[in-house]
Amino acid sequence: SVAVKSLGSSEGLKSEKYMQTTFTWTHVNYEIKGDVAVIRISDPNSKVNTLSLQMQKEMTEVMDEVMGNSAIKSVVLISSKPGCFIAGADINMIQACKSTEEVTRLSQEGQKIFEKIEKSPKPIVAAINGSCLGGGLEFAIACQYRVATKSKKTALGTPEVMLGLLPGAGGTQRLPKMIGLPNAFDMMLTGRNIRADKAKKMGLVHQLVDTLGPGLKSPEERTIEYLEEVAIDCARGIVNKKLALTKEMNMMQKIQDHVMSYSFVQNRIYSTVEKKVLKQTKGLYPAPMKIIECVKAGMEQGPDAGYLAESQNFGKLAMTPESKALVGLYHGQVACKKNRFGVPEKEVKTLAILGAGLIGAGIAQVTVEKSINTILKDITEEALNQGQHQVYKGLNDKTKKKSITSFERDSILSNLTGQLDYSGFEKADMVIEAVFEDLAIKHKVLKEVEAVIPPNCVFASNTAALAIKDIAAASKRPEKVVGMHYFSPVDKMQLLEIITTDKTSKDTTASAVALGLKQGKVVIVVGDGPGFYTTRCLAPMLAEAVRVLQEGVDPKKLDSLTTGFGFPVGAATLADELGIDVAAHMAENLGKAFGSRFGGGNLELLKTMVAKGFKGRKSGKGFYIYQSEPKPKDINPELKEIVESYKMMPNPAVSSDSDVQYRLISRFVNEAVLCLQEGILTNPVEGDIGAVFGLGFPPFLGGPFRFVDNFGADKLVEKMKTFEEVFGNQFTPCQLLLDHAKDPSRKFHN
Amino acid sequence: RAEWAWPVKKTLSKTGVKNIVLVDGVRTPFLQSGTTYADLMPHDLARTALQGLLNRTGIPKDAVDYIIYGTVIQEVKTSNVAREAALGAGFSDRIPAHTVTMACISSNQAMTTAVGMIAAGQCDAVVAGGVEFMSDVPIRHSRKMRKTMLSLNKAKTLGARLALLGSIRPAHLAPELPAVAEFSTEETMGHSADRLAAAFGVSRREQDEYALRSHSLAKRAQDEGLLSDVVGFKVPGKDIVSKDNGIRPSSMEQMAKLKPAFVKPHGTVTAANSSYLTDGASAVLIMSEEKALALGYKPKAYLRDFVYVSQDPKDQLLLGPSYATPKVLERSGLKLADIDVFEFHEAFAGQILSNLKAMDSDWFAKTYMGRTSKVGSPPLDKFNLWGGSLSLGHPFGATGCRLVTTVAHRLKKEGGQYGLVAACAAGGQGHAMVIEAYPQ
Repeated sequence: SVAVKSLGSSEGLKSEKYMQTTFTWTHVNYEIKGDVAVIRISDPNSKVNTLSLQMQKEMTEVMDEVMGNSAIKSVVLISSKPGCFIAGADINMIQACKSTEEVTRLSQEGQKIFEKIEKSPKPIVAAINGSCLGGGLEFAIACQYRVATKSKKTALGTPEVMLGLLPGAGGTQRLPKMIGLPNAFDMMLTGRNIRADKAKKMGLVHQLVDTLGPGLKSPEERTIEYLEEVAIDCARGIVNKKLALTKEMNMMQKIQDHVMSYSFVQNRIYSTVEKKVLKQTKGLYPAPMKIIECVKAGMEQGPDAGYLAESQNFGKLAMTPESKALVGLYHGQVACKKNRFGVPEKEVKTLAILGAGLIGAGIAQVTVEKSINTILKDITEEALNQGQHQVYKGLNDKTKKKSITSFERDSILSNLTGQLDYSGFEKADMVIEAVFEDLAIKHKVLKEVEAVIPPNCVFASNTAALAIKDIAAASKRPEKVVGMHYFSPVDKMQLLEIITTDKTSKDTTASAVALGLKQGKVVIVVGDGPGFYTTRCLAPMLAEAVRVLQEGVDPKKLDSLTTGFGFPVGAATLADELGIDVAAHMAENLGKAFGSRFGGGNLELLKTMVAKGFKGRKSGKGFYIYQSEPKPKDINPELKEIVESYKMMPNPAVSSDSDVQYRLISRFVNEAVLCLQEGILTNPVEGDIGAVFGLGFPPFLGGPFRFVDNFGADKLVEKMKTFEEVFGNQFTPCQLLLDHAKDPSRKFHN
Repeated sequence: RAEWAWPVKKTLSKTGVKNIVLVDGVRTPFLQSGTTYADLMPHDLARTALQGLLNRTGIPKDAVDYIIYGTVIQEVKTSNVAREAALGAGFSDRIPAHTVTMACISSNQAMTTAVGMIAAGQCDAVVAGGVEFMSDVPIRHSRKMRKTMLSLNKAKTLGARLALLGSIRPAHLAPELPAVAEFSTEETMGHSADRLAAAFGVSRREQDEYALRSHSLAKRAQDEGLLSDVVGFKVPGKDIVSKDNGIRPSSMEQMAKLKPAFVKPHGTVTAANSSYLTDGASAVLIMSEEKALALGYKPKAYLRDFVYVSQDPKDQLLLGPSYATPKVLERSGLKLADIDVFEFHEAFAGQILSNLKAMDSDWFAKTYMGRTSKVGSPPLDKFNLWGGSLSLGHPFGATGCRLVTTVAHRLKKEGGQYGLVAACAAGGQGHAMVIEAYPQ
């Protein structure tokens, strides 16, 4: 635009033209339909609308023009993008800010714009189709009336908390008044999306509009038009006083509202919510408490104090390392939802899965849900039956929750074929084996499968620890062999770790990534080696956990130390969930591969547990005892005796709670950095995503690499050296970590 | 050459395919459910239609080879309603009968099944019909209650019985009502019709105007005595019924006052522009041409090509006619302009108008039907001129025969040669049939 400007200033005629183009809005425009102005928003540079600076500027100009036009009596605000109203504020805009004050100013500007909307003498109807999140929701709730489509894509929510932020444009002030304290806290503290029907029940929207099917235009296009037509009617209805702005309340709601108006009831709510938040966040996440603070300020001291608290806390939160880490994860997640290996030559239309165990059936479920023909094969009818039941149950639970109809469930299930033989494998585009973690068995099925599949079929191995090249050694076409490491439970865990060997072709990788993305996974692609990336990071930490147990720390204490650091699941519970036998197997394999660096705890402790049948949750006993009720669980009383026989004396110099936490975390982090150093990881982003989404690395730390950046490599190295003196090479910092420690300007993330 | 002597419109007769004819068709008056028929049972209505057909045609009671009836909501006691009705109507008990169901095109299915049997040489004369009785529908106990009651039958001891009875909770007593809703999507048909009308941009006013047209045309046809397929019915204990009772031409103003029935508050489908719950039965006598002539009949029409179609039951539930029309015309080698008489089933005014718009859209034809161009919209001056389901009523299982008989009667009255029947049905299905006038 600089070039245009200079041209414009040199020639009068062109200058005029230039003036015109600058006043042509690119993100916001409006059309006058009778006495109603329809304001349409669409960001030309993105699939979604965000409240960017440009969007805000144009919106203000358009609003001014509309408000100044006396022929216009009311306004409809609508997005012309299918599937998106406004997805939120522009994160980059907040990230670009250098100081708390700068972010606070942003918040205050947003507050001002929405205050004008709220106080508009001409009623404004927000017509919502698709995501209406964050700043988008704050915009919508500043309007006088809301109409939303029943589309599955319509979602209202305040996800700021997941980015370590709070709704900073009036959300903390308007939401409680609109839907009551309990609902408002639920939305703002969990960040969860509210679907249209629920939003209507909560009083978040006034009216719902059906989605339309084929007509004289595409369903998406016509649905937006229809929404606009209904919204225009509503706008006129408000002006003509035919449509009431206050919602009709039934007796229950009236009583509830009355009860809520007492300050002691409100205080009770605040304290309950605060307690719950502290319990869940362990005080590690600042945003939820700030949200409560803002709501409280508004309710107790009035709107001026409330809005001020909101903008100031928003500014403060944006500068916290927690928020930066969470925003980093958000960007990482977006990056890991793309296929950097391009479009595969052949789309997977038929997938065969070997092994109907937890993982195999889980993979089957997330695959049939995407309408991909799925063969689930096992060798016994019993195992197959269990696997098929798991898929059915997973889908039926969704039916019970009403996220799919029973008919949709049946229709999804029709994509699944359970069988004991290899029939139909000749049509498979990909085979994923999820059989027992034993190289001989994996070789056996690989050979059997290769005898029946077509030449272009990909063979993927789901393994947590075996090297893919060792599995591929038995293959006639190693370029078609790849690792796909799913995490259990597959339908809940977001991560998929894909492992490529030197021989894996790019198209094979592209195909595996494409399938993973289709299954809704966040995908990282790592190099081959024992334990790949995730298992390799986990193993040293678990080895350290075993040593800690041997030093006399009980499982509950160990769990509280790990969750206190921010892991969602404690180390002892994690081992029980994983299976003690699996953990022992993994530790043994990796110990062989990496030697004493993976030592620490005595492997025999785990082996003894396995020998006694304490295989973790699946066997009813592990570190804990599992009865029918999952909580509260007790420590396995027989554990004490086992631990006693492997007892180690703790060294008081490195055994404080904090030391134990850093012993656990530093081994994890060092191994992660070593994976990057060795090229197992391509980049730190995938390392962070893999650790957080696959292993539960504390999200507020943003992953091991972000942790090193924020904590300081030098400080970490210093701690490790202390530990190294006591324990030896398990704590020797890797070269890349040392490099970062030496040069503080070196960061994994910019 | 002989070609010069051929008529302008050729016959659709095909070599190697039997000519199958409609000898005649009748129906009971169609009554709003809950009125004069309220205390009857479905087979009473079907029987009356069969008797009417016997009387009208004078066919010997044993000259019929087979009887087929269509119905939608089944009375559980008479699930093969065709057989129960035939026995009471005085047909020979040696004539087999079966019942078919295909939602609102059930009697169309009965007729085309008959056509198939005759074409295959299995039969020469078949009676097809349809019946629907909405004044009484099977209302069931809840599944839990049914389970308890069935277990009760098996309980051996008094203690076991008491234990079962004790397990009944008030919630188990809530009955299950049949809904006019899709099982697959759980959406009621009216709701789907409202969405369809919105998708095609059909306004409330257009729908009300169309409904008013239907009622006005039906009234005129009734007054002029054109609805000659109706046979009187002496309802036991009540008066003789000889007329459809749902025809009520109103005014646009009156209709505009109604609130939307399904999509609230901004919907456009109302009680006045929808078909209503109706009791009624119909019957037709179908024969091979040879047999009809041998028995001395002058048939009313040839039943020619027919098709069944089906689409997405969610978003294209009621678009059957749009899909079926071009397909059946293609089979017959006809163009829309060749058709003299159109009889389309009117489920909702919005549904009819949406279908007319779909058929007139090249975009729709290309995008959704995989056709190169639109088939065109039937001209309204040939369309449902004696009223339709909106005004005459719509006993689900019986409407198909009414449509076919009406086409035959209109072809004769209006001097046309080809007629087209089309209908939509629940499940996202549809049907169309080409009918050719029998040479005078």
